Amino acid sequence: MSLERKLRVLIAKPGLDGHDRGAKIVARKYRDAGFEVIYIGLHQTPEQIVNAAIQEDVDLVGLSCLSGAHMYLFTEVVKQLREKGAIDITVVGGGIIPGEDIPRLKEVGIKEVFLPGTPLEEIIKWTKENVKLLR
Amino acid sequence: MFSDKTLNQAHQGMKKWLEEVKKVTNDLQEGKRFSTISNLDIEPIYTPENIKDLDFAANIGYPGAYPFTRGCQATGYRGRIWTFRMFSGFGSASDTNKRWHQLLKEGETGLSTAFDFPTLMGYDSDSPKAIAECGKCGVAIDTLADFEVLTKNIPLDEVTTSMTINPPASILWAMYLVAAEKQGVSWDKVGGTIQNDMLKEFIAQKTFMCPPEPSVRLISDTIEFGTKHVPRWNAISISGYHIREAGSTAVQELAFTLADGIAYVKDVIDRKKLDVDVFAPRLSFFFNSHIDFFEEIAKLRAARRMWAKIMRDRFKAKNPRTWWMRFHSQTAGCSLTAHQPFNNIIRIATEALAAVLGGTQSLHTNSLDEVLALPSDFAVNIALRTQQILAEETGVINTIDPLAGSYFVEALTNEIEEKAWEYIEKIDKMGGMLAAIDKGFPQTEIANAAYNFQQQIDRGEKVMVGTNKYVTDEETPIELLKVNEKVEAEQIHRLKEVKRARDNRKVAQTLDALRVACKSDKNVMPYVIEAVKEYVTEQEICDVYRQVFGEYRDPGFY
Amino acid sequence: MNLVNKILEGDVLAAARLMRGIEDEVSDAVEELESVYLHTGRAYIVGMTGAPGVGKSTLLGSLINVFRKKNMTVGVVALDPTSPFTGGAILGDRVRMQSYGVDKDVFIRSLAARGWKGGLSKATVNTIHVMDAMGKNIIFVEAVGSGQGEVDIARVADTSIIVLTPGMGDEIQMMKAGILEVADIFVINKADREGADNLRTGLEVMLEMKTHLPGEWKPGIILTEAVSDIGTEQLAEEILRHREFLTSSGELEKRRRERAKLELTMAVESSLKNYIERMDKDYLAKLVDDLVYRKTNPRSAASKIIAQVSLGGKDGLFTD
Repeated sequence: MSLERKLRVLIAKPGLDGHDRGAKIVARKYRDAGFEVIYIGLHQTPEQIVNAAIQEDVDLVGLSCLSGAHMYLFTEVVKQLREKGAIDITVVGGGIIPGEDIPRLKEVGIKEVFLPGTPLEEIIKWTKENVKLLR
Repeated sequence: MFSDKTLNQAHQGMKKWLEEVKKVTNDLQEGKRFSTISNLDIEPIYTPENIKDLDFAANIGYPGAYPFTRGCQATGYRGRIWTFRMFSGFGSASDTNKRWHQLLKEGETGLSTAFDFPTLMGYDSDSPKAIAECGKCGVAIDTLADFEVLTKNIPLDEVTTSMTINPPASILWAMYLVAAEKQGVSWDKVGGTIQNDMLKEFIAQKTFMCPPEPSVRLISDTIEFGTKHVPRWNAISISGYHIREAGSTAVQELAFTLADGIAYVKDVIDRKKLDVDVFAPRLSFFFNSHIDFFEEIAKLRAARRMWAKIMRDRFKAKNPRTWWMRFHSQTAGCSLTAHQPFNNIIRIATEALAAVLGGTQSLHTNSLDEVLALPSDFAVNIALRTQQILAEETGVINTIDPLAGSYFVEALTNEIEEKAWEYIEKIDKMGGMLAAIDKGFPQTEIANAAYNFQQQIDRGEKVMVGTNKYVTDEETPIELLKVNEKVEAEQIHRLKEVKRARDNRKVAQTLDALRVACKSDKNVMPYVIEAVKEYVTEQEICDVYRQVFGEYRDPGFY
Repeated sequence: MNLVNKILEGDVLAAARLMRGIEDEVSDAVEELESVYLHTGRAYIVGMTGAPGVGKSTLLGSLINVFRKKNMTVGVVALDPTSPFTGGAILGDRVRMQSYGVDKDVFIRSLAARGWKGGLSKATVNTIHVMDAMGKNIIFVEAVGSGQGEVDIARVADTSIIVLTPGMGDEIQMMKAGILEVADIFVINKADREGADNLRTGLEVMLEMKTHLPGEWKPGIILTEAVSDIGTEQLAEEILRHREFLTSSGELEKRRRERAKLELTMAVESSLKNYIERMDKDYLAKLVDDLVYRKTNPRSAASKIIAQVSLGGKDGLFTD
């Protein structure tokens, strides 16, 4: 009997930024949409996030940053995931991110950036269309 | 407040009005909901009946007199306009000093400091935790040397400064005091505020460092020190702003803020054996001014009335001055949109007006571009002018508490007060705010309210113009402030220099003395001041706090 | 290097992927597990239950630290409930253990209950097996106690710990059938709170009332303040003391035999259930009709299916 496979999502806030209203809302939405969410909260280093993502075998990592340090932090997460061999974990980001930084983030491997005001349904829809269980 | 005749007339009139309305239109149909942004249902019309139990003298009264519904200052804004206090800071101390001089020139009447995340969290600019965070959303301050640059040519005996800083508040305050001393200004002349409110950090803002219990001890130390040595200083700004920004309702913002206040007052009394009338007059508050206009005004009026009751009845304060609640307000950051940012000017203006009609003592108005970046010069000017126009042109300052007596506003003030008391009683039953925080009660209430609101937005039940209604596809990007990329490297270099030039023996000595003081029940402030004088860094002092008191980790309430 | 070897070498990526496959009952993973199982049995399993809010995760975080200082490698399986309405879950135990997030000798895995009550899902048991094969010395299983949950955890664990806190109405909890029989160690967390002493006394009285045969383990009560790392060293010592007791008395082997038998039973049940899903739909429909119209009874119908299975052999039974 093969069960319906659930997608697993990790939600984390890298760096020192403590504004977690959005991250928590997105975590709940994913739960309400039938996903399994590992919420590891605030003040995570990229290393902690990557280790958690691998141990939990998540399909998607969602990063939130409102302090302006997203370029460095998000890049580090993607870099370390790749270094550790977790190449098929999708990484997305949200927070206070100037529009002009988005192309650069996508270049380093952030698949999508969700800015303030994005409807939650849109995030779920995007996830269902772009994050597939490959294994 | 009303005669039986009036009430009867109101009652009959209401019935008649409803009948007439139903004949003509379906506009009042059940189904469409009219509620505040915090989900309080609002009637189509208010009459004396809605406030029939209100007693003018006991519940509304006069400004400057119990229960202070109409304001603390007897002469309101006619006597003293609220302070235009614009929260600002970014990059290096000299960048911020420049912005401060600009704002003072443009007419702001009080300073307010925004620190960067490493400073907020007690890390120096050369800490690995500071990578990419240095100077980004506030000014980077590592030592007294930076602080001296920050306050260069700012007359600390003439201008008051607020500092939004929490775990390291004792340290930044010490730097301020030493900087003032160096300017030749004695501490009895120095005025300002440190936010220094840790309970709301655990609840909402999340810039925390040590666990709740020792954090409260440090706060009581600062309050005691201020009472004895810096009489014009507000050693705490008990805040609701951040609680609201985290997604709470107006009632929760009010209730949790007051419950925090109760916890602080209790601790100072228990721990320091100070009489409430001795220290409580210097407690100050900080509220959000959100987009639902009348809800905010009512909330602020209820706040004053409730705190007066808490001081007089619960804590038995005798001096009427102790019953005052003085507060700063900031327009709601979370009400601003990234889409069509110029719309934010209107939002900020109405929010500022609400705070003024609510009787705020000082006000920060956000800039239109703050959802995207730190405010540009252009945007911050508009924000400041907003306050100036309100004060000089609109006439709202001509009379004190103009909305008193409005059937609607008084009814709403009552309702918000009643609901806030319910929360406070609940928290009391849990054993007070520290116990409630441990259980995760306020954190979960806020997360629930935030999620609920988001769902309302997604369903279109609540509107954010430009985001879920009246959306434009094409948007012209606006010019945003860019923080100088070299700030981090330059700051690290400066820090190195300071560390090299200082007397490192004295550094070790003062830190040891501080460590001993922390472990005892001595007041830490004198020891922090001594350390700061020797150019000990902020992190070096915070590391002592962390070692002695332990570190607090996010328990992850969602 | 094949998967089993990778697991034995402690390859985190491989182990994590395998756990996923097992949880979702992907056929490749299920087959791999068959080989992995042969390398299990070395780890010591500690179960921990208690009502929500007693501080299990924080306690575990502190315990991990103590065991790491003893140079033991640690695995944690943290269970959280699945929403019955949405099928999703927020797995929020890990957040309180994240300070070990970069310690390569600590493997933490969060699992959603997915409808299983207590701790006895196949996924839990198999995740433990993978951690065991990886070489983890001690594996903690954390689940939410719901009465049944406490009992279930005991069947999976060598040492069962029940965590209580003052002021949560635990006196009532304690009366619930099975808990007193099942716990090897009681922990009163948040012991600095009012009511801790009363709770301890109440618990001691109840334990006294139980008859203890000579040579039997007497559950101890450990007071902790997990947030401040107080009492967790004693708790660790108590766990090791229990392990010593079980080993020297032969009780450990007895429990492990029971566990193996339990797993065997579970595997048979699961396979039979699978079979029913896979069997000839018409044949099944006919049996159900017979039951509905009372032409036969459930037991006889079941016998017919089992007879089919015996005839059909491996194919019908083990296909996923």
